[in-house]
Amino acid sequence: MIRVKNLHKKFEDLMVLNGIDEHITQGEVVVVIGPSGSGKSTFLRCLNLLETVTEGEIYVDDELITAPKVNVNQVRQKMGMVFQQFNLFPHLSIMDNITLAPVLLKKMTKEEARKRGQELLERVNLGEKANAYPAQLSGGQKQRVAIARALAMDPEIMLFDEPTSALDPEMVGEVLDVMKDLARSGMTMVIVTHEMGFAREVASRVLFIDQGVVMESGTPEEIFNNPKNERMKNFLSKVLV
Amino acid sequence: MAEWAADFYKCFIREDRYKLLLSGVGVTIKVSLLAVIFGILIGMLIAMCNLSNKKVPRFIGGVYTDVIRGTPSVTQLMIIYFVIFASVQIDKWIIAAIAFGVNSGAYVSEIIRAGILSIDKGQTEAGRSLGLSAFQTMSRIVVPQAVKNIFPALCNEFIVLIKETAIVGYVGLMDIQKAGDFIKSATYIAFMPLIGTAVIYYVLIKILTLALRRVELRLRRADAR
Repeated sequence: MIRVKNLHKKFEDLMVLNGIDEHITQGEVVVVIGPSGSGKSTFLRCLNLLETVTEGEIYVDDELITAPKVNVNQVRQKMGMVFQQFNLFPHLSIMDNITLAPVLLKKMTKEEARKRGQELLERVNLGEKANAYPAQLSGGQKQRVAIARALAMDPEIMLFDEPTSALDPEMVGEVLDVMKDLARSGMTMVIVTHEMGFAREVASRVLFIDQGVVMESGTPEEIFNNPKNERMKNFLSKVLV
Repeated sequence: MAEWAADFYKCFIREDRYKLLLSGVGVTIKVSLLAVIFGILIGMLIAMCNLSNKKVPRFIGGVYTDVIRGTPSVTQLMIIYFVIFASVQIDKWIIAAIAFGVNSGAYVSEIIRAGILSIDKGQTEAGRSLGLSAFQTMSRIVVPQAVKNIFPALCNEFIVLIKETAIVGYVGLMDIQKAGDFIKSATYIAFMPLIGTAVIYYVLIKILTLALRRVELRLRRADAR
């Protein structure tokens, strides 16, 4: 579904991604972990071209999306993205946040989009918030709306960039629950997170990225119970207290 | 006191001189209103140029802002009137409005640019990540939010613009300032017509300020939901 070949990303003189090769198949839930500054968020952002790739190739459904003439907007419609800071549109109601893109991009009529929007809101347990505005919601609620908004475009893949890092601890659970539910429904997901418990429970595969390369990759059991890489061991000893 | 009354009569009542000032108010308002419209249009265009990631528009926008900010508005007005529109048959006041619009556009563009840059980058990324085009993201997500931030600075710019138009006398238009000046020359009295001019500008701008503040309050209230 997603194939990444020799991916490099350079910011000015700083090499952030230093040759990543990865293959993510349909239905996989890939959790990306690693120390801060390791390039894991950059990797995620390259997948939907929010960052321009310096070198290397990314294929989505066998389409080379790093080709210069590719229709970026079309590619992004296949991939939903959830951000650390939610990035809801504060001037629009919750329902309008969700229906804006599907209606504007002519995927649905306004009525269809609202119906679908209500279904999605109920799926993330926010059915009664359709007419509220983002400023009236808690962090956890905002992030669940953000997930619903991304799902409204019927993406094939969902990308999560530290979705719970900006949340108060008591709200982390409600967002992870929605994500678990999504994983169970068979959605292909790539998740950058520091929630090791979540990674252990939900991931079909864990990638450990450090210094811009994938240092280790495997099932949660392999990674957490039997890490081979020294840096990986070091990292785990710090986060798994 | 009696002398004041006599001066007042001479300056404003005799020979219907107040009518001169009134028609001056008309000219000032006419020129300012049209200039505001030109200013916003040019400002949006130049702001787009300055925000573009392509080199040519950015160069054009940069030069425009640089030149306009680096030269006096009287000079610009006279160049536009006596050089650029020298052989074109258009009403004087329209040419003046174009000149002030050209000038104001440079400042408006900076206000718009700053307003758009004040919107968090995450908003653009969220829009683009949903598959919206750069234009759709700008028009549906960024600009509606930027308008509220831009509004107070834009109001300020309009007030400055109205006062700037006091130089249209240089190209032979009889606005408030020129009318006051004319009365001064005709009566050899300086105090009355000049203070009168000041009072008229002050009242005009006060009314505008109050009106704009009401609009701003309404915008803010809509924001607080």
